[in-house]
Amino acid sequence: MSDPKIDGFELKPGFRGMASDTGSDQTMFKGVHWGKAMMWIFLLSDTFVFSCFLIAYMKGRGSTPVEWPNPSEVFALEAFGVPVPLLLIALMTFVLITSSGTMALAVKYGYEKNRKMCGWLVLATAIGGLTFVGMQAYEWSKLIHEGVRPWENPFGAAQFGSFFFMITGFHGTHVSIGVIFLFIYAYKVFAGHYENGGKRGWFTTMKGDYVEIEILGLYWHFVDLVWVFIFAFFYLW
Amino acid sequence: MSEEYENKSGYQAQSSETITGSAGSTPDIDYVRPAELPEQDLYHGHTFITKWVFCQDAKVIGVQYFLTAVFTGIVGLILSWLMRLQLGFPGLAGFITAEHYYQFVTMHGMIMVVYFLTALFLGGFGNYLIPLMVGARDMVFPYVNMLSFWMFFVAVAILMASFFVPGGPTGAGWTLYPPQTILEGTPGSGMGILLMLVSLALFVIGFTMGGLNYMITVLQARTRGMTLMRMPLTVWGIFTATVLAMLAFPALLVSAIMMTLDKVIGTSFFMPTILKAGEVLEYGGGSPILFQHLFWFFGHPEVYIVALPAFGIVSDLISVHARKNIFGYRMMVWAIVGIGALSFFVWAHHMYVSGMNPWFGFFFATTTLIIAVPTAMKVYNWILTLWRGNIRINTVMLWCLGFIVTFVNGGITGIFLGNVSVDVPLSDTYFVVAHFHMVMGIAPVMVIMGAVYHWFPLITGRLLNETLGKWHFWATFLGAYSIYFPMHYLGFIGVPRRYYEMYDSPYMTSAVGMNEFISLAAFLVGAAQFILIFNIIKTLKTGKPAPKNPWKANSLEWHTSTQPPEHGNFGERLPVVHRWPYDFSVPGAKDDFIPQTTPPSEVVNTKVEKT
Repeated sequence: MSDPKIDGFELKPGFRGMASDTGSDQTMFKGVHWGKAMMWIFLLSDTFVFSCFLIAYMKGRGSTPVEWPNPSEVFALEAFGVPVPLLLIALMTFVLITSSGTMALAVKYGYEKNRKMCGWLVLATAIGGLTFVGMQAYEWSKLIHEGVRPWENPFGAAQFGSFFFMITGFHGTHVSIGVIFLFIYAYKVFAGHYENGGKRGWFTTMKGDYVEIEILGLYWHFVDLVWVFIFAFFYLW
Repeated sequence: MSEEYENKSGYQAQSSETITGSAGSTPDIDYVRPAELPEQDLYHGHTFITKWVFCQDAKVIGVQYFLTAVFTGIVGLILSWLMRLQLGFPGLAGFITAEHYYQFVTMHGMIMVVYFLTALFLGGFGNYLIPLMVGARDMVFPYVNMLSFWMFFVAVAILMASFFVPGGPTGAGWTLYPPQTILEGTPGSGMGILLMLVSLALFVIGFTMGGLNYMITVLQARTRGMTLMRMPLTVWGIFTATVLAMLAFPALLVSAIMMTLDKVIGTSFFMPTILKAGEVLEYGGGSPILFQHLFWFFGHPEVYIVALPAFGIVSDLISVHARKNIFGYRMMVWAIVGIGALSFFVWAHHMYVSGMNPWFGFFFATTTLIIAVPTAMKVYNWILTLWRGNIRINTVMLWCLGFIVTFVNGGITGIFLGNVSVDVPLSDTYFVVAHFHMVMGIAPVMVIMGAVYHWFPLITGRLLNETLGKWHFWATFLGAYSIYFPMHYLGFIGVPRRYYEMYDSPYMTSAVGMNEFISLAAFLVGAAQFILIFNIIKTLKTGKPAPKNPWKANSLEWHTSTQPPEHGNFGERLPVVHRWPYDFSVPGAKDDFIPQTTPPSEVVNTKVEKT
């Protein structure tokens, strides 16, 4: 919100100002698009979903009587004949965080109405996400090959496999949904659905606008942020 | 289809000058900031399918939610009849086996709490009232709103389907505690529990879509002049309940997913090592207590998801029908918000008998008792609103008074149960059953009934029959007390809940007659609800047409261009709000009510509240 004046409503400074514009008429968050506010609240709710998963994981890991597998051994990848711990995971994290960067740039070019650049960057983000999902599929198949199952594994507590597949699977589903939408949005940007007042959606009257790129971006950054937590809890603990 | 998208003329943002016609003649005291947002343009359905089935109008969606929820509620009611039949007259109905009894208990609980009360308050009243009361044309995302209802519909269909699968519905108790929920020997541990979990997950997804709509409509789509502190308490209640639901349902979703995995692919999230008939089961190493925490982290806010909309609605009804402004409006708002926040810190008081560190119980007992403070404030404020009011003893007011009495009653037993040392002996007795039915069963249902009688003219344009309404009220009120008052006593003498039959245990002999009495009362109360259904059918056919704004209320839903309101709610121009909705019996005013849209220049010599 660069402009503190929205249609005659001057945002006042300080705590009092915050209280007055929060309680004012029409909108609580001045100048914020409905879709953007919705995405923030959805993400808050989704934060609770992932928090429940991760807290359940901590509790489950704490209460199982069998020893927990050593992550640096389980997740090691053989490179040039040497097992390197966390190599694949480091790559996956790098790809996902990079895709967050391209997403942020796409938002910038979107607001500058630079259709081409925005479209290419959304597409790049989608490909980054797809690469991540591909690497995750590889990691899953590698673990399954080594005998890790949701109900048992050769390295220790059965709950290791249960929580690992459930939480990374749930996160991977989020990434996959994001990838699908990124491809759709890349098409929409290239097709000019956000230009000249915007094209209406199917069966609705909502008009397209580049703010949608930012809304999708919020989701994408959230998915990345969740990955950082999953990374810390599963691979570093 | 392009003409559907055409803006109707005049559906444009209006500045205050164009509203009054001539610039400069607007008195300064009437000034309201111009509109920040352009008008929402809506998808107007043309065919039967787009107008009544896959409809994007929040009012139609609200009615769809309402009818679906009432249907599940009637199923829940019939289940309660069957349970009472068994408890009052064991063996009379031979088809009720112990397995069936547990299935009835489970489905009755789950249906009433989630699919009836939650869907009815948030989906039904929320959809119908939020856009009208805040002065919006519709929910902000009508399409998502439609999907929300149909997701709920599928969830209900799956839940009902579980009655017809092999093994029947789950009989694990509505709390679905593992490990017994998914183990053989529990009724419905096969398909029944699976369908229940799938149905719950779909309900959560569907609710999330609706909840986002309710929240953003309240936060970002109010009309000009509608500040947060001018919103009717109904909107505050539904809004806060929606916030709770958005943060509490994730725990239910997660526990449903984890239990589904335990059931289907054999993980052991909630399953400890189990010996069954001397053999060790495949499961091991999981934590059943983890499920209880997840479940009650959802389950306790769920109580307030049901209660807060009831608080909000009843405040409005009392104020309108006592012709007095609500006492302590801001206190009421903060009490709603405070109760909502506190409700996330009390969940483990449902788990005192699960075994826990005494300090843990101490903490949760303390927070539980603290929550009584804002709740008691609300009760005092309702009574002080009635104090010296111009009370109209009509059906709506009777339901409101019934609510206050019942709620106080259930609340006081809640203070008993909030203390660990009192809860432990009472927890597994009928005292708890009486407590939660009073406080979150009967009390919210009373508000629903009052709200139905109050808003029926708005929704259909006809007034419900008052005589039938009073019969309905007295039968329900006296009958409900006949059911639940003796139940407290059953609890004190130690009758355990969840038992299929007491058999011939000697210390239960005094409970036999009481159980018969309770059962008879339950049959009557259930039957009394059909008075309402008869009343509705009769009114729709031959009822007298309601005058515009029959209760002389101030809030925006009664000041639409047509009654019932059309799609788009407010005709050509959105209303402009100048005051709160509680200006009743203002000294010096011409009428005993001043609608929210009345500008200050029209009521200069009156003592209106500054809002």
